[in-house]
Amino acid sequence: MERAMTASAIENPQAAHSLPMDRARALGRLKLADGGFRVMTVVSALVVLALLLGVAISLFIGAWPAFQHFGLEFFVSDAWSPPKERFGAAAAIYGTLVTSIIAMLIGVPVGLGIAVFLTELCPPLLRRPIGVAIELLAGIPSIIYGIWGVYYFKPFMQAYVQPFLIGTLGEVPGVGYLFAGPPLGYGVLTAGLVLAVMILPFVTAISRDVFDTVPAFLKEAAYGVGATKFEVVGNIVIPYTRVGVIGGIMLALGRALGETMAVTFVIGNATKISASILSQGTTISAMIANQFADADPGLFTASLLALGFILFIITFIVLALARWMLAALQVKAGI
Amino acid sequence: MFIRSLMSAAILAASVSCAWASDISGAGATFPFPIYAKWADAYKKETGNGLNYQSIGSGAGIKQIKAKTVTFGATDAPLKAADLETSGLEQWPMVMGGIVPVVNLAGVKSGDLVIDGPTLAKIYLGTITKWNDPAIKVLNAKVDLPDLAIAVIHRADGSGTTFNFTDYLSKVSPDWQSKVGESTSVEWPTGIGAKGNDGVANNVAGTNGAIGYVEYAYAKQNHLTFADMVNKDGKTVAPTVEAFQAAAANADWAKAPGFYIILSDQPGANSWPMTAATFILMYKKPVDVAASNDALKFFTYAYDKGAAMAKELDYIPMPDNVIALVKKAWAADIEQK
Repeated sequence: MERAMTASAIENPQAAHSLPMDRARALGRLKLADGGFRVMTVVSALVVLALLLGVAISLFIGAWPAFQHFGLEFFVSDAWSPPKERFGAAAAIYGTLVTSIIAMLIGVPVGLGIAVFLTELCPPLLRRPIGVAIELLAGIPSIIYGIWGVYYFKPFMQAYVQPFLIGTLGEVPGVGYLFAGPPLGYGVLTAGLVLAVMILPFVTAISRDVFDTVPAFLKEAAYGVGATKFEVVGNIVIPYTRVGVIGGIMLALGRALGETMAVTFVIGNATKISASILSQGTTISAMIANQFADADPGLFTASLLALGFILFIITFIVLALARWMLAALQVKAGI
Repeated sequence: MFIRSLMSAAILAASVSCAWASDISGAGATFPFPIYAKWADAYKKETGNGLNYQSIGSGAGIKQIKAKTVTFGATDAPLKAADLETSGLEQWPMVMGGIVPVVNLAGVKSGDLVIDGPTLAKIYLGTITKWNDPAIKVLNAKVDLPDLAIAVIHRADGSGTTFNFTDYLSKVSPDWQSKVGESTSVEWPTGIGAKGNDGVANNVAGTNGAIGYVEYAYAKQNHLTFADMVNKDGKTVAPTVEAFQAAAANADWAKAPGFYIILSDQPGANSWPMTAATFILMYKKPVDVAASNDALKFFTYAYDKGAAMAKELDYIPMPDNVIALVKKAWAADIEQK
């Protein structure tokens, strides 16, 4: 239609004469539309910022009575006694970090391993089934992991894994205290392992997608000079996809830090810090989920909101660290 | 055809929203939820009016009624008279029940195990950690107790059951009173936290060597093994309706302002030591008088015709003289049309 119009304009000198006017009008309209589009995208971006800031500020205002009353002690105290109105965040912060670290220690290497296998080594016949299985794993709601954790994984931990750990690693001087205590099934380690399963698909799915973007000629060149599979993965694939892989790992860490229901089910919800990873603990999100509904207004509610604010800050720090690490890596690589 | 189905859908939607509009709304304690649900079912069959009760926990129930989002709140931890005064709430006991210690030990059946208050406090303080501890052995000469760690299960959320349980432990153990105290949620020295009476029941059922405390009806429904207890008079009693009733018989409701009475650790040879009443909270000057009236009609029905249903679920109905006192208090205090 447009082409037809232009064609007729060229054929018709009169129409050609009026072209600059049309052009100016059309350009003006385009400019207006462009401006509108620009404003729209800017507003959308600002909405995100405003939301983020609004959440942070409202959390902080709600948490302020707790910060004011307990001061810095709030961060180092592991007391949590509603009848005595003594609250501290240390146990929840500790549990959040330790469960996430356990999850990352197991989830990241295994997840990367699966991704490498899928992209580099897997027979084509198996690629699809395993890939679909990983995506399905990512789609399972966290409450299902919680139910699985409490009905199947926890008894298994109590009957086999924990007694084994207590009997072997628990006897080793120096690290034995990490595996001390009765095998009750519930605990920080159980929660960390469930989390590891939950973050696995994130690490795998994202790593697999970015591994697929490595140009074939790079890998072929490496094979051409006699590199082994291991060398190709270590020297070509992973350095090339570093940014994407770290992004996937950070997304997984974000999920591990904030995961609520699955952790609440298996961690044992004990508001104290124990050296042993077999003993019960709690996390920030588990505390909030358990206690917010019936917290008395006042210090109790303020302390729970303060926990929420701290989780917000922890997540922010983790993301900032990831950015900084990425930047440092890029400088080192000379990109 | 299409239009007709559309119309019937619209009619259905309208009728559903009407049903919701006339439902009595309440929220709170999980402890009496089974009996409230049963009463509501029977009441709906008789009158067509339904009850929308959210069993979200006593603390949350108090929060909801104070926020005026529900017509009545339900709590196992009664509010003190001064608190009722400042918030303009009326409080009365609805039904009573027992809290029982439940265990998961291979080969141990209900009634095999006996436990007393001080020992229970020590288990929950974490000073007794094994099932073959001498303190437990003394009480259970006939039971073969294993060398097994005790998995202590408690509530992770705020709970009226916890309030009554910790109130009892405070009464029988000075150590518990000074270190932990009594409240709807406390700083547990040891153990595994679970959500709700259901959560505790499930965790005990699924954990070898576990001990927990739940409302009697939950213990029965989940076929849990419960322990007998030594009461204030030093007698061993089994958790039965008669034992709960014996404990409740001691209470002098007429002299308690706001019906504030806690039934734990009552004297009497047959008294079950962890008996508890559960309470209803409503405004003396309700925002919606019609809704408030509907709720009172439901409670009247529950008092007058619900006793048999309560007994079926092993709750104890309030004695007639207490019901008369409550009805007198309604007439005097609550604005009605």
